[in-house]
Amino acid sequence: MPLLDESDIAVVGGGLVGAALAWGLARTGLKTMVLDGADLDPRASRANFALVWVQGKGLHAPHYALWSKASAERWPTFAAALAADAGIDVALSQRGAFSFALSQGELGMLAAELETIAAETNGAAAPYEMLTAEETRRRLPLVGRDVVGAAYSQADGHVNSLRLFRALHTAMRNRGVDYRAGHAVERIVPVGDGFRLAGAYGAIFARRIVLAAGIGTQRLAPMVGLHAPLKHSKGQILVTEKCRPFFEYTSATIRQADEGGVMIGDSEETHTAAIATNQDINAVLANRAVRVFPCLAELNVVRSWAGFRVKTQDGLPIYAQSVSHPGAFIAVCHSGVTLAANHALVVAPQIAAGAFSPDLAPFHSRRFHASENS
Amino acid sequence: MLLRIREPVEAVTFSFDGRSVTAARGDTLAAALLAAGVETFRDSVVGGEPRAPYCLMGVCFECLVTIDGVQNRQSCLVEVREGVVVYSQHGARLLTEGGQR
Repeated sequence: MPLLDESDIAVVGGGLVGAALAWGLARTGLKTMVLDGADLDPRASRANFALVWVQGKGLHAPHYALWSKASAERWPTFAAALAADAGIDVALSQRGAFSFALSQGELGMLAAELETIAAETNGAAAPYEMLTAEETRRRLPLVGRDVVGAAYSQADGHVNSLRLFRALHTAMRNRGVDYRAGHAVERIVPVGDGFRLAGAYGAIFARRIVLAAGIGTQRLAPMVGLHAPLKHSKGQILVTEKCRPFFEYTSATIRQADEGGVMIGDSEETHTAAIATNQDINAVLANRAVRVFPCLAELNVVRSWAGFRVKTQDGLPIYAQSVSHPGAFIAVCHSGVTLAANHALVVAPQIAAGAFSPDLAPFHSRRFHASENS
Repeated sequence: MLLRIREPVEAVTFSFDGRSVTAARGDTLAAALLAAGVETFRDSVVGGEPRAPYCLMGVCFECLVTIDGVQNRQSCLVEVREGVVVYSQHGARLLTEGGQR
């Protein structure tokens, strides 16, 4: 039998999650390989909204609220380390974000959610302010008259996610990661002292593995005794032509990228697997954006795209090591941008050390299966 | 430098950055400017480099100019008209406060 290419650890998936982990693993000195799929695979990493976002995350899941907040706080360190390794500035901007309400009902829901999260975290969640319409317009004179108020949190920000993707790939290669494009893993076979990962490309051997293949993780996880139940979540985005700076903060639905283009989101469809964009949804996105910032009406939309979020059944990340096959790890989540700092600087070193710390236990996939608790 | 393969049957005159340009009726504005020897239509919003039409079919957004005061028009998708006032596009478009509603 021919010898297989081998590595200390193989990351399955080369998106934002896989690349952040691979870079973090390589930084610990492990001989790391990344097995990535094809260009046309569904890739959340190439369709995301590029937010480093904390506001409103972790309703009834305080551990997730604090995990997101910690990553946002860790982002400047992460961005600096990436810049040092890759020579790429990812344009991190953390000036805070507004969530705009277009009705009293929306404003009430925003306030109630943020208040609940603050209470559930005993006040440790990111601080925020609820703003009246008048106060919102005082801070943002371009906001339209349909905005009845807003929530503001200084914890939020955004990056240039195309450059983040590029930076992670450059940095991991500069750290010696063996990156293999066109290596979609089809089968994982536990063998004596590791795992055999096979596909149309052939097979490789890795002593340990990390499944970070986005929506593809659902299919791979059971091969090593893990579980990653996902749900459909399609998001759609409009992108305008570049314009002069008009909004130095960000929001979950409207943000101006560092180079001037305005991105408008964020829709969610849960009952479709079709990747084509839907014009009716684009119309709703555009209408809401123009009600928030009437000046956007004159801008031309130059692109529109859709992507599938990596959403678990409860919306929270899964970080787990297989009980039946130790050495097989899983890392699957929405928010690959926000959590990139945690993934590279916290999760990867823990995987390298062989186990997740107890504070990550609530993210284990056993939460989906009571029977796995035994 | 582009050369016309035949003389214009019907001439149209317009202005570009303050100078008078003659084109053929039916030309796109981008073609008219290229035929008149214009090599820089705009500068890159990101890096400031000079830019000119690339795809000539509405996709690349390299041919943006300001037409009759409206910024960022795709000159490859606009037919040239008598008397139209065209300026090269410098920097990203400026949003006006517009649409108070």
